[in-house]
Amino acid sequence: MTFDWPTALPLIFAGLMGLAILIYVILDGFDLGIGILFAVAEDAEQDTMIAAIGPFWDANETWLVLAVGLLLVAFPMAHGVILTALYIPAFVLLVGLILRGVAFDFRAKVPAGRKHRWNRIFFLGSLIASLAQGYMLGVYVLGLDVGLGGMAFGVLVAFCLAAAYAAMGAAWVIYKTEGELQKKAVRWLRTALVLTALGMAAVSLATPFASPRIFDKWFVWPQMLYLSPLPILSALLFLWLWRQTFHLPKPDDRHALTPFLTLAAIFALGFAGLAWSFYPFVVPDKLTIWQAASATESLAIILAGTVVVLPIIIFYSFYAYRVFGGKATDLTYD
Amino acid sequence: MDPLILSRIQFGANISFHILFPTITIALGWVLLFFKLRYNATNDSAWMRAYFTWVKVFALSFAMGVVSGVTMSFQFGTNWPGYMEHVGNIAGPLLAYEILTAFFLEAAFLGIMLFGFRRVSNRVHTLATVLVAGGTTVSAFWIIALNSWMQTPAGFEMIDGKAHAVDWWAIVFNPSMPYRLVHMLLASGLTVSFLIAGLSALRHLNGDRSESMWKALRTGVFTAAILIPIQIFAGDQHGLNTLEHQPQKIAAMEANWNTGPNVPLVLFALPDEAARENKFEIAIPDGASLVLRHSTSGVVPGLNDYPGNHPPVFPLFWSFRIMVGTGLLMLAVSWSAAFFLKRRHSLPKPLAMLMVPMALSGWLATLAGWYTTEIGRQPWLVTGVLKTADAVGPVAGSHVALTLAVYLILYVLLLIAYLGVLVHLALKAAKDGDSSPLPGVMKAAMSQPAAGE
Repeated sequence: MTFDWPTALPLIFAGLMGLAILIYVILDGFDLGIGILFAVAEDAEQDTMIAAIGPFWDANETWLVLAVGLLLVAFPMAHGVILTALYIPAFVLLVGLILRGVAFDFRAKVPAGRKHRWNRIFFLGSLIASLAQGYMLGVYVLGLDVGLGGMAFGVLVAFCLAAAYAAMGAAWVIYKTEGELQKKAVRWLRTALVLTALGMAAVSLATPFASPRIFDKWFVWPQMLYLSPLPILSALLFLWLWRQTFHLPKPDDRHALTPFLTLAAIFALGFAGLAWSFYPFVVPDKLTIWQAASATESLAIILAGTVVVLPIIIFYSFYAYRVFGGKATDLTYD
Repeated sequence: MDPLILSRIQFGANISFHILFPTITIALGWVLLFFKLRYNATNDSAWMRAYFTWVKVFALSFAMGVVSGVTMSFQFGTNWPGYMEHVGNIAGPLLAYEILTAFFLEAAFLGIMLFGFRRVSNRVHTLATVLVAGGTTVSAFWIIALNSWMQTPAGFEMIDGKAHAVDWWAIVFNPSMPYRLVHMLLASGLTVSFLIAGLSALRHLNGDRSESMWKALRTGVFTAAILIPIQIFAGDQHGLNTLEHQPQKIAAMEANWNTGPNVPLVLFALPDEAARENKFEIAIPDGASLVLRHSTSGVVPGLNDYPGNHPPVFPLFWSFRIMVGTGLLMLAVSWSAAFFLKRRHSLPKPLAMLMVPMALSGWLATLAGWYTTEIGRQPWLVTGVLKTADAVGPVAGSHVALTLAVYLILYVLLLIAYLGVLVHLALKAAKDGDSSPLPGVMKAAMSQPAAGE
């Protein structure tokens, strides 16, 4: 078989875009989640929680720009179809992201009396952005169906994704803090986990029944066998993490990062399931990745840059996380 | 209302709000590096105080730029799907390179630049500042390349209504790109120098005579005084480039209705497109011919050569004059302030009071300049390739109107909050003066002592 660039390039870019979305969901997931958890945290705890994400959130959100950017540059047709269909939820998402992004900085710089207002805006913005992302996911899963049923399902997924982000946020707080706040975060994680599991189950069940094509991809022998590790492993990880919440935090702070990594693994499994369901479509049942792709020469020149730059990006992102490793201390401009 | 005009207003509102903040961060990154290097060289803690005051402005501006920039990346799809459908093969790689080479660099090292002073060595902290400043500038490079390509497209061929790249070098360095890039980078430098000078003048008016205030004030005033003549020259060169490649834009900017020699330079007028004439015109005879062709008998293109294919005259005529007028005011203010600082080592109160509102003069000139060049591209989205009307999406006008209204309210509130914080930071710095706490050295092992403490 000869290597065929016009066939391979859209596939590579679909993979890259998937990777960017997954990294975004995991990384911005925890800082959006921390914003949601602001609702149940005390004043002093809020400062520590901000310190736990302060140096990272900009870079986390850049993965969304990359994901949307890749959709835009590699699959321009799909970008237009998806975003015009999701016009209002995309707008709500942006308003949420704007509010929380600026609240982050304003809360640290306004006169002390106004800090509360910006804390509330940070919570609201994070919640709105998470709900909007969930709603968009739900509607997308049903093939961009915006009928009443589609909307109801979107709302369900919205709440579950917000819960999943809250779980990620709690897991990050467990990793980055100690003492009373850490114990509190373990309880937050336990509550949020239930809703997360519910949401993942709902999406997993709804997807095949919404589209006969997806149904056929999952429920035929022997694919069923090869695919069975996805749901089974996810369920096991959920159960195991649930049990862990009764033992955390452990002496010497062992396994503090485990909940976060476990959740990231669950996200990755769920994401793999979705990817399998939709492949080869980028707009469900309407446009395949080849129909929506840019010209080969344009994809090639982007790929050339990506191959060089992406490893460097990942390298210095790790470096930045390492510089701010360890437990979060007060964030000051020094 | 018509979704086309609403989408245009919405895009204009979003990009206008967005460009305010990169305009600040592009140059402010380099100014911060300058403060940092002066501190490294002199060990004078006043430089570090100036750094820490302005790094907060940088952080806030950067956050505003990021969130409004995310909005931009969605706007293409939500409102202008036709744009990527037709020219995605060109625009896509340029945008992708901006994200890959600039956005991540800025975002990753911003954390270290803002909060890492005590966590990394001084050298790495300086390097982080260089990388963030470099990232903002690289980002400007790519987006200006794309914008300029839309103005003066080159290096492509059309196949089945879609642009395909032929020569990437010609695409990136298209005819107007070098001029526009230099003009924009200088605009950023001027915006920041006037912002710094203006807020330092506010501190001065509040009785602050601290070293860090003087250092910031001098940096702002002298940078402005040096940059403004360069900018006037660069702007003139950009204008001549536009005359060569987009003559219809020049015709509208000068409100010149008929092609011919001895065209006057119109100082004031109310251009009337229906009657094709200027009302209440005040003009210098032969002025435009002299400026554009360096000869009184030079032929200046007129709108009669481009029936139905030229941009609206009134907004272009006026936004261009607002930009030039602001630039001349900048020249007067920065040179007088530089004179007083250099010769008298003082800042007279009336001048300081004028400099405070001038803090935003860079924003005004930048916006007016962008309106000139962007409205000047109409009715085309990509000159000669794609009309704006053919790129708009199928979204209902009511949706666009609703979201536009919310954006506008949000932007006004955020601008008020942003300017409020700038004034608050300046007044706080004025109150603390040279006694503002510097980053401590007690806690962390890799701490950077601020010398002289």
